Amino acid sequence: MAHLANADFKTRLQSWLPKLVLSPSLALVLVFVYGFIIFSVYLSFTDSRLLPSYGWVGWENYSKLWRLSHWETSLINMGIFAFLYIGICTVLGLGLAIFLDQKIRGEGVIRTIYLYPMALSFIVTGTAWKWFLDPGIGLENVMQTWGWESFEFDWIKNRDFAIYTVVLAAVWQTSGFVMAMFLAGLRGIDNEMLKAAQMDGASNWNLYRRIIIPQLRPAFLSAFVILSHLAIKTFDLVIALTGGGPGRATELPATFMYSYTFTRNQMGIGAASATIMLMTIAAIMIPYLYAELREKK
Amino acid sequence: MSVATQDTAIRTGRVMRTLIYLVLLLFVLFYMLPLYVMLVNSVKPLEEITGGGMMNLPQVFTLEPWFKAWSSAQIGVEPTGLSPYFWNSIKMVVPAVIISTVLGALNGYVLTKWRFRGDTILFGLMLFACFIPFQIVLIPMARVLGELGLAGSTWGLSLVHIVYGIGFTTLYFRNYYAVFPTELIRAAQIDGAGFFQIFWRILLPSSGPIAVVSIIWQFTNIWNDFLFGASFAGANNQPMTVALNNLVQASHGVKEYNVHFAGAILAALPTLLVYIVAGRYFVRGLMAGSVKG
Amino acid sequence: MGFLDIDNTTKSYGAVEVLHNVDISVEEGEFLVLVGPSGCGKSTLLNMIAGLEDISSGEIRIKDQLMNGVHPSKRNIAMVFQSYALYPNMTVGQNITFGLEMHGVPKPEREKAMHEVANLLQIENFLDRKPGALSGGQRQRVAMGRALVRNPDVFLFDEPLSNLDAKLRVDMRTEIKKLHQKLGTTIVYVTHDQIEALTLSTRIAVMNGGYVQQLGTPQEIYDTPANIFVATFMGSPAMNVIPAKVDMQNGRPVACVETHDGTTSTLPFSQDNLSEWNGKDILLGIRPETITDEDAADRKSSNIAHLTNQVVVTEPAGSDTFVSMTLGGRDVIARMRSDAEVKPGADFTFAVNMEKAVAFDPATEMRIPA
Repeated sequence: MAHLANADFKTRLQSWLPKLVLSPSLALVLVFVYGFIIFSVYLSFTDSRLLPSYGWVGWENYSKLWRLSHWETSLINMGIFAFLYIGICTVLGLGLAIFLDQKIRGEGVIRTIYLYPMALSFIVTGTAWKWFLDPGIGLENVMQTWGWESFEFDWIKNRDFAIYTVVLAAVWQTSGFVMAMFLAGLRGIDNEMLKAAQMDGASNWNLYRRIIIPQLRPAFLSAFVILSHLAIKTFDLVIALTGGGPGRATELPATFMYSYTFTRNQMGIGAASATIMLMTIAAIMIPYLYAELREKK
Repeated sequence: MSVATQDTAIRTGRVMRTLIYLVLLLFVLFYMLPLYVMLVNSVKPLEEITGGGMMNLPQVFTLEPWFKAWSSAQIGVEPTGLSPYFWNSIKMVVPAVIISTVLGALNGYVLTKWRFRGDTILFGLMLFACFIPFQIVLIPMARVLGELGLAGSTWGLSLVHIVYGIGFTTLYFRNYYAVFPTELIRAAQIDGAGFFQIFWRILLPSSGPIAVVSIIWQFTNIWNDFLFGASFAGANNQPMTVALNNLVQASHGVKEYNVHFAGAILAALPTLLVYIVAGRYFVRGLMAGSVKG
Repeated sequence: MGFLDIDNTTKSYGAVEVLHNVDISVEEGEFLVLVGPSGCGKSTLLNMIAGLEDISSGEIRIKDQLMNGVHPSKRNIAMVFQSYALYPNMTVGQNITFGLEMHGVPKPEREKAMHEVANLLQIENFLDRKPGALSGGQRQRVAMGRALVRNPDVFLFDEPLSNLDAKLRVDMRTEIKKLHQKLGTTIVYVTHDQIEALTLSTRIAVMNGGYVQQLGTPQEIYDTPANIFVATFMGSPAMNVIPAKVDMQNGRPVACVETHDGTTSTLPFSQDNLSEWNGKDILLGIRPETITDEDAADRKSSNIAHLTNQVVVTEPAGSDTFVSMTLGGRDVIARMRSDAEVKPGADFTFAVNMEKAVAFDPATEMRIPA
C-alpha cells in the first residue's frame, strides 16, 4: 500500500509539473510587465520628478502634458509618420510581392536583398541614412560634384521635411518584411481558383483586384498591426538619424517620453506620455490578439 | 508557408514582364544603396568622402577606418574603439538568447501539450508583453534593477531582454508544438515517460528548426536593441548599438564618416552574417512571428 | 465482474456531458469494438480507459483494480494510435523498447523482448530504421510491436487502420484478427468503420451521441438492431427503413407498403406479436440482401414474400447488382446477383425474406421486440 501511495504522489506531482514549469515565466511577465505597467500608470498621477515620488496629483500631469507644445509636435509628427510609414510600406510591400510572384528569375536572391534591412539595428540604418542624406557630404554634395550645381536636397536639415527622412529610412528597413508577409499570403492562394477565374475571362488586373487582393485580408491585418505598433515604438531610428531635430522637427512620443523622464526630470509627465502610448497600442493589439487566440482554440 | 516558387496561373506579356523586372531591379538598388554607401566609404580616406565622392568607389583603398573603429576611436571619453562594446554585447546576448529560448520551449510545451483552464489567457498576457511600448516599463525597471543590485550590469541587461523576449519565444514554440502530434505525447505517457522525459526525449529532438528560428530572432532583437542598452547600461558595459550611437553623435572634433561607416558595419555584421548564413530560417521565423502562423 | 469494467461512467466538459452513463463489462480475451460516427464519444471512452482523459463520474476497473486517477503508464495497458504515433527521432527498435526503458527494464531483457516481437510481426529487418523511412503498413506493424512488447492486460486500438489504403486495410485487419486469435489478449478497438467492427469483434458497442446504443455480438447487432440508428449504421448498403401499416391477413400480421404507383402490397411478418400493432403505423426494416429475385431467395427461410414493383435504377457492382425502387415513398435498395435480369423502368417481382425483417416503433425508433 505504501508503494501505491507513493505512486499516487508521483502522479499528482506530474499533474502539477506543467503549471510549475510555466510559473517562473509567468511570474516574470506578471511582475516585469503588468506590475511595472501599474507602477508607471500610478506614477503618472504623482508629482515624481527626478525620482519616483508618491504625492498624488490626480490628472495634473496629463493636463500639463496636453498643454505642452513639445508633446503636440511629437503627436503631429507621429500622425504624419505613422500614416506615411504604414501606407507606403503596405503599398510597396504588396506591389513588390505581386511582382515577385510572377515566376521571377533569381527570386531567392531578390527576396534576400529586400529583407536584409530587417536584420539591421535601427542605429545602423540611422547612421547610414544620416550621412547619405546629409547635404554636406551626401546626395546633395555628390550631385553637385557630378555637375548638377543647382541640386538641393536638405530635407534632413529642414524643419519642414525632416520627418519625411525618418519615414524614408523606416520604410527602407521594414517594407521588405511586409513584402514577405504578402508573398506568403499570395503563395497560399489556391491556384485552381485562379485558373477558374481566368477561364471566366478575368484579366490579370481584375484577377488581382477582385479575387486575389480581397483574399489577402489576413495579411493586410497582420501588416497593419505590426507596422502600427512599430510606428508607435519608433525611437532608435530617430535618435540615430536626427536626434529628434532639427529643433523638435522629428520628435515622436517615444523620444518625448525619454527626454522628459531622463533628461528633463519630469518623470510624472514622462509616465503620463508612456501611459498614453501604451493605451494606443493596446487599443490596436488587444482586439487583434483576442481574435487571433480565439480563432486558434 | 512554402517560399519556394510555385506554379503560378497568372501569365504576363513581354512588355509587362520587362517592366516588372525593371521595377524589381530598381528596388534592389534602393535596398542595396545604404549597404553600398557604408561599404565603399568605410575603405576610403576621409577626404574622398568630404570631397563629394560618397558614391564613388575608393581611389585609395584603406582599412584604416576599420582598425580605428574597432580599436582606437573615441567612444564617450575613452579612445577604446568599439571592440570592448562588441564583447559587452556578446556577453549580454548569449545568456539572454539561451535562457529565453529554453523558457520559450518549456512554455510552448506546456501551453500546447498540457493545456489547462485559462491557458490561452495566460498566453495572451505573455504575448501582449511583446508589443507594449517599452517606455512604460523604463522607470520601474531602473528601480528594480537597482534594488536587485543589477543596475548597470550586463546581467541586468540580459535579465531585461529575457523578460521581454519570453513572449516571442513562447509564441514560436507554441505555434510549432501546436502542430506536433499530440498522439505522440499520449503514446509516451502510456509508455511511462514523465513530463520532462517526454520533453527531452520526444519533443526536443524534433525542435531543431524552431529553436534555430527562436535563437536567430532573439539574437537579432537583443543585439539590435538600443532603448534598454541606453537606459540601463553602465558606462563600462554599454552594448554595441549604444557605443555606435555615441561614436556617430560625438560633437567634438572632425566627423570621421569613414570610421562611422566602418563602425556601423561592425555593429551590423553579426546579425547580417546570421541572416546570410541562416536566412531561410530567418524568413520562416519572421513569417511565424507575425501572429498569423 | 469482468476483466475490464466500465461502470456507469460519464464524461463532461464543463456543463456539457459528452458520455452518458456507459456500462460495459469486458471479459478476458474479448475483442470489443466501439463503433459509431465521429463525435459519438468512442474515442473519449477509449482515452478514459487509457487514462488520457479524466473520468467525470463512475468507475473504470481493470482486473478489479480501480483505475480512476491512475496514471496511464501504471494501468498496464498499451495503445495503438490512428497516426501510429511513432517517435520520429528514434529508430524502430528504440520505439519498441521505449516503454520498457521508461519502466526500468534492464537492457538485455529489452533487447530480447524486442526481438521476439519483431519476429512475430516480421519487422526484424528494419529495427534500425527511422519511422520516416517506413511505409504505412510497416509503421502500423511497428506501432503494434510497441504495444505488444509491454505484454499489457488490455490493448487499446484507436482507429488503427484508417490511415491505410483500402487494400492494406483489409490485409492488416486479417492480421490483427490472427494476432488476437493467437495471443488471446483483451482488446478494445475504436473504429468508425462498421465492416471492421463486424469482422474483428467478439462484441460490438454501437455508440451515438454519447450513448451506447446497443451492446452485443456482431450477429445480434446485425440481425436484431436495437433501434433505427443501429440498423442503418451497421451494414452496407444500409438497412431499408420503409413506412408501413400493420394489418391482419388470415390471422397473421402483415405489413402494408405502398409501391411506386400508389397501390398497396402486403408482406406477411414472421413475428407474431406484431398483431398487437394491428392498424398502426410502423417502420419496416429490411436489409438489401434479403430482397432478391425468386431464384436467389434463401431456401432455408420459411417466409418468402413476393412484391412487384418498378425498378428505378440498377447499379452493377461486379459481384452484385444493386437495384433501387420506391417503397412507402422512400428509396429502397435490393442486393441482387449480378446476372439477375432487371431493367430500369420495368416491373420486377422481388422475393423478400420476411423472416429477417424487423419492425420499429415510429415514435421511439426502437425495434419492436419479438
